[in-house]
Amino acid sequence: MTAQVVETVDRQPTAARQSRYPEPVRRRRGGRVVAGVAGGVADHLGVDVFWVRAVFAALTALNGVGVVAYGLLWLFVPQREVDAPERPSGSKERQQALGLVALGIGAAVISGLMSGPVSGWIVGPLAVALVGAAVVWREADEAQRRRWRDGARSGLLGSGRSAVVRVLAGVALVAIGIGVLLVNSYGIDQLRFALLAVVATLGGVAVLTVPLWIKLINDLGEERRVRIRTEERAEIAAHLHDSVLQTLALIQKQSENPREVKRLARGQERQLREWLYGRNVEDNTQPTTLSAAIAKASGEVEDHFALTVQQVVVGDCELDPNLLALIQAAREAMVNAAKHAGVGEISVYGEVEPERVTVFVRDRGKGFDPDTVPEDRHGLADSIRGRMDRHGGEVRLRTTPGEGTEVQLCMPRSGN
Amino acid sequence: MTGRETPVRVFLVDDHALFRAGVRAELDSITDEIDVVGEAGSVGEAVVGINHVRPDVVLLDVHMPDGGGAEVLRQVRTSLPEVVFLALSVSDAAEDVIAVIRAGARGYVTKTISSQELVRAVVRVAEGDAVFSPRLAGFVLDAFADRPGAAPISDPELDLLTPRERDVLRLLARGYAYKEIASELFISVKTVETHVSSVLRKTQLSNRYELSRWASDRRLV
Repeated sequence: MTAQVVETVDRQPTAARQSRYPEPVRRRRGGRVVAGVAGGVADHLGVDVFWVRAVFAALTALNGVGVVAYGLLWLFVPQREVDAPERPSGSKERQQALGLVALGIGAAVISGLMSGPVSGWIVGPLAVALVGAAVVWREADEAQRRRWRDGARSGLLGSGRSAVVRVLAGVALVAIGIGVLLVNSYGIDQLRFALLAVVATLGGVAVLTVPLWIKLINDLGEERRVRIRTEERAEIAAHLHDSVLQTLALIQKQSENPREVKRLARGQERQLREWLYGRNVEDNTQPTTLSAAIAKASGEVEDHFALTVQQVVVGDCELDPNLLALIQAAREAMVNAAKHAGVGEISVYGEVEPERVTVFVRDRGKGFDPDTVPEDRHGLADSIRGRMDRHGGEVRLRTTPGEGTEVQLCMPRSGN
Repeated sequence: MTGRETPVRVFLVDDHALFRAGVRAELDSITDEIDVVGEAGSVGEAVVGINHVRPDVVLLDVHMPDGGGAEVLRQVRTSLPEVVFLALSVSDAAEDVIAVIRAGARGYVTKTISSQELVRAVVRVAEGDAVFSPRLAGFVLDAFADRPGAAPISDPELDLLTPRERDVLRLLARGYAYKEIASELFISVKTVETHVSSVLRKTQLSNRYELSRWASDRRLV
């Protein structure tokens, strides 16, 4: 037995999900020395930025691991958005940082020299090329910030002559680095030299165009998000138009007829609830659970007779032929109440227990004397009592003229 | 009706101004038992207003920006324990109903309730009783149901309903009034009230899995 009240919906409250995860790493914009990577990591880990920088500098001494790590973080960690608050850094911190950068470079050069003059010749040009790449990437960060600020969508390069100069200088540095590397390796046979030249040039171009690729990927993702949002909006708008707006228009037309207005409003309310809370009880599909079936029957009676059916169901189970008969009998009891009791509200209560299902249909209307019901009225006798008897159920009727009627329907559960 | 000498002083909290105006107009026109002494449209306004006016009963909307009715309850209840809260909402979702009850409301009624019934509910909570709409009674029955595979009962005093309390809740869920329940079960109305208050206490304090799950979905525990 699934233990669910009709309206129990498994929906995640959105508010509860927020801030459960720590904030992702974001590169700092203010107080950065190279790209704000160290600052971002420090913010994320909650340590002083000095120590992060020191670790990067120390790692640089190990065959340049620090530089590679820094470069990768630069690539994959986005900048903080423009509207995020920034903490300005003091000049002392900045000096410290510059000192650490110098220290790191020095350590890298010394470790490069110590590992032999040959690799020293390779590390030197590589370092020049890396500095060039850093200049170009930094310019791309700058351009992105300007895009955020201006809200413009295009433009990989920043505007102004200085930006162009900086990018050109960066490209030149990379070219020089690669060139020197190639000149140094002159002397090997021609085929291998040509191969090396091609690979080196491709590598240089790849490094230089990294910001372009990142921008392309981001734009693509952003575009997809916007499209999904637009589609969702369109779907909601279409639904509201088909249902709510139509009903409101009908209500305005029918404003002279309170009964009709009530019927329309109640039907629309029910439909909107189903849609919002995702129970998906479509008009044309047959419900498969008891609670859904009771909800559907109540809805039909509400629509047809313009009154309110207050329904509460405790527990739930799958429908079988016996329970279907129970629902039909309950529906007939609601119809009787709606037709004869002369009330605006009917209460329906269903309870699923392990061995039986009970449904109560109650109104506070006129009530009647069961002995005086004319012979030709078959509703109670056939549709309710006959149906329940055939499926092994039980009907009890309580009614007093002037105090309302309650029909109690009880059906034993087969199987399980 | 009741023998109150002074009208119940009611404070309305709802983020829809139109709804507040409607309730105020209805309550003012149909009864002298209730005096609407203030209203608020947000959690912050409500906390300030309730502390200032000190009403007898607060009619509280469940869904509002900034935490909703439960947040108002949290901020006001400890400093003003004598103010009672009646939740009034369009939502019928179990987690909303249970969450606001567990935050300390003495009852829950839906906004489609008739004016006369609303007046009765307000007077009843003002007198210290609990108000269970049929739907809330259904939720509570469901949460306390004995089902196979349920977590073991840690505190029988709080985690189980007595058979009598169950009977009362069933009749409430069937739409019976207190008087009708009393005559149905051959007990006094006072005894019905005692049972309902006891169920309310268990709903608020029990650690049954279903209840705490509903509450934790709304971050109350």
